[in-house]
Amino acid sequence: MPKIIVENVEKIFGRNVERARKLLKDGIPKTEILEKTGCAIGVHDANFEVFEGETLVVMGLSGSGKSTLLRCLNRLYEPTGGRVIIDGIDVTELNTEDLRKFRQKKFGMVFQRFALLPHKTVLENAAFGLELQNIGVEERNSRAAEALELVGLKGWENYNPRQLSGGMQQRVGLARALAVDTDILLMDEAFSALDPLIRADMQDELLALEDTVKKTIIFITHDLDEALKIGDRIVMMMDGRIVQIGTPEDILRHPATEYVERFVENVDMTRVLCAKDVMVKASTITWPKDGPRTALHTMKEKGISSIFVVDKSRKFQGIVMADDAEKACKSNNGSLESIIHRYTDLKVLPDTQLQEIMPLMVDSRFPVAVTDENEKLIGVIVRGSVIAGLVEKGVVE
Amino acid sequence: MIDLKIGEYVEIAIDWIALKGEPFFDAITVGIDSAVIGFQELLLFPNPFVLMAIFSIIAYWLLSRQHGPFTRRGFKSGIRMALFTAVGLFLIHGMGFWEETCETLALVIASAIIALIIGIPTGILASRNDRFEQFIRPQLDLMQTMPAFVYLIPAILFFRVGNVPGVVATVVFALPPGVRFTSLGIREVQKDVIEAAHAFGCTKRQLLYKVQIPLAMPTIMAGVNQVIMLSLSMVVIASMVGAGGLGQKVYTGILQAKIGLGFEAGLGIVIIAIFLDRLTQSFGQKND
Repeated sequence: MPKIIVENVEKIFGRNVERARKLLKDGIPKTEILEKTGCAIGVHDANFEVFEGETLVVMGLSGSGKSTLLRCLNRLYEPTGGRVIIDGIDVTELNTEDLRKFRQKKFGMVFQRFALLPHKTVLENAAFGLELQNIGVEERNSRAAEALELVGLKGWENYNPRQLSGGMQQRVGLARALAVDTDILLMDEAFSALDPLIRADMQDELLALEDTVKKTIIFITHDLDEALKIGDRIVMMMDGRIVQIGTPEDILRHPATEYVERFVENVDMTRVLCAKDVMVKASTITWPKDGPRTALHTMKEKGISSIFVVDKSRKFQGIVMADDAEKACKSNNGSLESIIHRYTDLKVLPDTQLQEIMPLMVDSRFPVAVTDENEKLIGVIVRGSVIAGLVEKGVVE
Repeated sequence: MIDLKIGEYVEIAIDWIALKGEPFFDAITVGIDSAVIGFQELLLFPNPFVLMAIFSIIAYWLLSRQHGPFTRRGFKSGIRMALFTAVGLFLIHGMGFWEETCETLALVIASAIIALIIGIPTGILASRNDRFEQFIRPQLDLMQTMPAFVYLIPAILFFRVGNVPGVVATVVFALPPGVRFTSLGIREVQKDVIEAAHAFGCTKRQLLYKVQIPLAMPTIMAGVNQVIMLSLSMVVIASMVGAGGLGQKVYTGILQAKIGLGFEAGLGIVIIAIFLDRLTQSFGQKND
């Protein structure tokens, strides 16, 4: 049986719900209904199921009703119609007190703007859900500390959230939701307020977390890349309606409507962008003149963890990693030859499409080298530079 | 022309209330009087110089709290206020107004506490109920805009002369910002924090005590500051109905055209005003 069943859920904001519903049935567009009745259509006739342990991404533009839909699940917004059944219990039937208990038992929630309490420490914030359940200080603090460790914030317990960066604040938000140890995690544009590099990190960590904590996740986003990366299945929404439900593969290959297609087109900027659009200048050392010490020194100076090796004519030779260079220096084994990684598969031409490069990067711990036909090094592509390139082209907001 | 005798009707009503409510007003009189006397005795109990030292230490602690009392920045902002307090109070003592100052402080403390005891819960109620807020708003406007002297007249009828009508008039005058700031502060708490609390299953009581009031605290404290400052200004005016303290001295200065006396007492009030203002302002600041 599915974990969550959403049946004909509808949310109409305003007083004239009946009239708005009738107009909606007649196929009158949203804006016109708002004009005639003063009612805003949040969600209309939403039907889907979420399975245990699945990550379902609800995606759409702002105003498409995705956040409203999410809030109908735990009744932060009271649905005006339909049913939400979680573990066989009809949430819409619960009275106030039962609903409150049900929220404590079933839902963890993460918010776009973090929604942390500024007067509490990081630890107290992470323990907030447990505090509301009247769990004793010791137990809730130890559980909150565990959750903080899980999101990589060990050692930050006694800081004030305001002292933390946006990414770290959201980790606190995530820890708060993990600490209550519920089966369902609701994430409302959880990473949208973060800058692109941090966002990518958080996405990776969420994926890693999913393996350790088995949770059913409903994730809201307006970013298709994020949806594709995180979602087992994706629900596409437009104007309060669900227009397509499917795996990322389905959505990309068979977009159901023009709207979905437009979204999918956007993603294909990776076909438009080339290596030369996203590469950055590479720091290099010269082979065979320089040794591990020079390599280490240059890396330290530039604050990078690996460095390319070229010969006198700037022909690409390979890469040296910082930890290898450090080991070589310590053991006084002076040769560069023993620590250089020579590779051919991570070498691309300036005109190679980003779409072809990205799969290479996923599986490798080395950056991609960009060389010309004569194997001369032109630049380097790291994850950050890809995202920066996409941002520049306006693909990622 | 129609002759509306509003004043006459008000008079009749007030007379009637004064007559019928006498036991009630007497009870209030006893309560307020003992509170004022209590505070006054408390302030006059220690040697004046001991009290000056205590006030200076409190001033140092409150003003340096934001940066930490033992840091350089904390020391800088704290010591300035501590010095001002010590010098200011010493000056008052030197002018021979120590007892009057303590009486004024006792009146301010009593009035402000009563105003806050009524004002903050009313503000909380107003923040949760739009209709109640709409209902009390014009009354708060009235309380604030009516010339302060007007309150003195019925206050005398109900409570005779002395400190009590002074306190009552002061409470009426100083109450509105306590209500307004509390309501405003709670209404201004970020919506998503409230939503988060609901999402994790909070009760109404938990929402109020664990989220709304703590987050509204800086604004509520700004209200407390306003209440105390308005209390001080009204306590001075209240000397017209027999309230004691520095206001009494100013009033005597006016009546007898004694410029020197009026100026000295006025200076004392300014010192107390600055002292109270800076200290209560520091309540609203967060310590990092």
